[in-house]
Amino acid sequence: MDAIAIISIFTLAVFVGFEVVSKVSSTLHTPLMSGANAIHGVILVGAIIVADHSQTNLELGLSLAAIILATINMVGGFVVTDRMLEMFKPKKDPVEKGGSK
Amino acid sequence: MSTNLYGLIGLAAGVAFILALKGLSHPKTARRGNLIGAAGATVATLSVFLYVTPPRDGSAAHSLPLNHLWLILGAIAVGLIVGVPAARKVEMTQMPQLVALFNGVGGGAAALVAIVEYLHLGSGATTAEVIFTVFTVIVGCVSFSGSIITFMKLQELMTTRPVVFPGGRFVIAGTLVAVLGSAVWVVNALGTSPLMVLAALSLLFGVLFVLPVGGADVPIVISLLNAFTGLTVAASGYVLSSTLLIIAGTLVGASGTILTRLMAEAMGRSLFGTLFGAFTAKPQEVSGSAEERPVRSGSADDVAILLNYARRVVIVPGFGLAVAQAQHTVRELADLMISKGIDVAYGIHPVAGRMPGHMNVLLAEANVPYDQLLEMDEVNPTFGQTDVAIVIGANDVVNPAAQTTPGCPIYGMPILEVNHAANIIFLKRSMRPGFAGIENELLYDPKTMLLFGDAKASLTKVVSALKAL
Repeated sequence: MDAIAIISIFTLAVFVGFEVVSKVSSTLHTPLMSGANAIHGVILVGAIIVADHSQTNLELGLSLAAIILATINMVGGFVVTDRMLEMFKPKKDPVEKGGSK
Repeated sequence: MSTNLYGLIGLAAGVAFILALKGLSHPKTARRGNLIGAAGATVATLSVFLYVTPPRDGSAAHSLPLNHLWLILGAIAVGLIVGVPAARKVEMTQMPQLVALFNGVGGGAAALVAIVEYLHLGSGATTAEVIFTVFTVIVGCVSFSGSIITFMKLQELMTTRPVVFPGGRFVIAGTLVAVLGSAVWVVNALGTSPLMVLAALSLLFGVLFVLPVGGADVPIVISLLNAFTGLTVAASGYVLSSTLLIIAGTLVGASGTILTRLMAEAMGRSLFGTLFGAFTAKPQEVSGSAEERPVRSGSADDVAILLNYARRVVIVPGFGLAVAQAQHTVRELADLMISKGIDVAYGIHPVAGRMPGHMNVLLAEANVPYDQLLEMDEVNPTFGQTDVAIVIGANDVVNPAAQTTPGCPIYGMPILEVNHAANIIFLKRSMRPGFAGIENELLYDPKTMLLFGDAKASLTKVVSALKAL
């Protein structure tokens, strides 16, 4: 890919990133951070690509480790964000949760 | 799958991430936004299995399936087995450290991808590719080790206070210089051992960078490291020629930077001060005159009587509420007071708990009506007309030292001014200071009454005492 195209994509994405979160109430700071955290889990895509390309056992081992970590980041991130946001949904029948400590 | 189709799917996933962040910025659309993001990530991951990215040396791509397909699927399965139960079972109180941990493993994954890419870089690599790879290794490693330290701080596996040692800033600055020096070495030498040195130094720098951060600044650092990880993903996207990774990584990097600034503003901290705290932190005298001073402690009955004759009560929840899982009990108390005609509101400090919005999440779980939750700016002017302020497991966010004691770690942080209320009730487990580790003068104030014990147990007693009146 040529450098100008990449710089263009990068620059535009910076502005989009700035714009979409410029006004957020502090209530949503934590879920938003967690959601953004899950999104960078797509490094999984990169990890799969390098695993496919790997030629030595060292490369393969490192890329498989990267796949495991990236999967944890991505899937765990989305699940945990969903659990946080579940709390904002009105519930009809509140159930006492959590053990006593 | 054709290259064009693969590219378009990547673009669709990028759009999904934009919609996800947009959705997450508003309470009504937040959950849907998160699901859109998850869908985008799933589609993007599936598409990699149907398209073989050509290797960088220009040779033709092999045909499907991917090499090592079963090992790749196995590794994903391992990730699912570890990640999903961790995310599902975690208590709401431990959410912040889990986010820190997830961010750390993401940074680690990006660093590993960069290291493998680096091992591939032959003489054909352009300088730009080498630089981006080295950048990813450095920032990915810093994000990994830094997040692990924040995790340990939040999990209280180590001290939550700033760790500052004499000459610390010189050690940190020296490490940074060593990191940059070895980066230059790696770019020029293209060898495996320089890279290992660079990775080790970067990991060390991540640890040293986060150690001097303590108390309320920890969430800001998590957010910052989150933005860092985003940038490493963007840099990997450049090296792997993946538009998707560039878009997703840049979005997270940019929105994460803004979010970090918003959080810092909510806490009245300067982002610069937090960022470079590592370089400016001076060792502090541990203020440790642990003399016994009298405090007024009361029983649940005393508290109930005080509440019964109040006209306006403001509840200030903090981390202790989260630890005790007392959100349902506090709502019960509030409902009871409202039924007695008492004006009840919750005063929510933006950073009460361990993360911004922590209390809102907990109280929403207990179905506390949204209009009873007052933000700091709304509730502060009303404390003068408040008969009783009940502080439940909060400390630093009501500590007047933030306004009166220049030089203390939380000085300048906006607080909930409960000291203006006619009476203050503290529900505490012990006299132990809060997360920032500073003594709270308010505890010794004559208009303060302390009710010691687990927040949930204490609240239950107050509820039954109030019912009996």
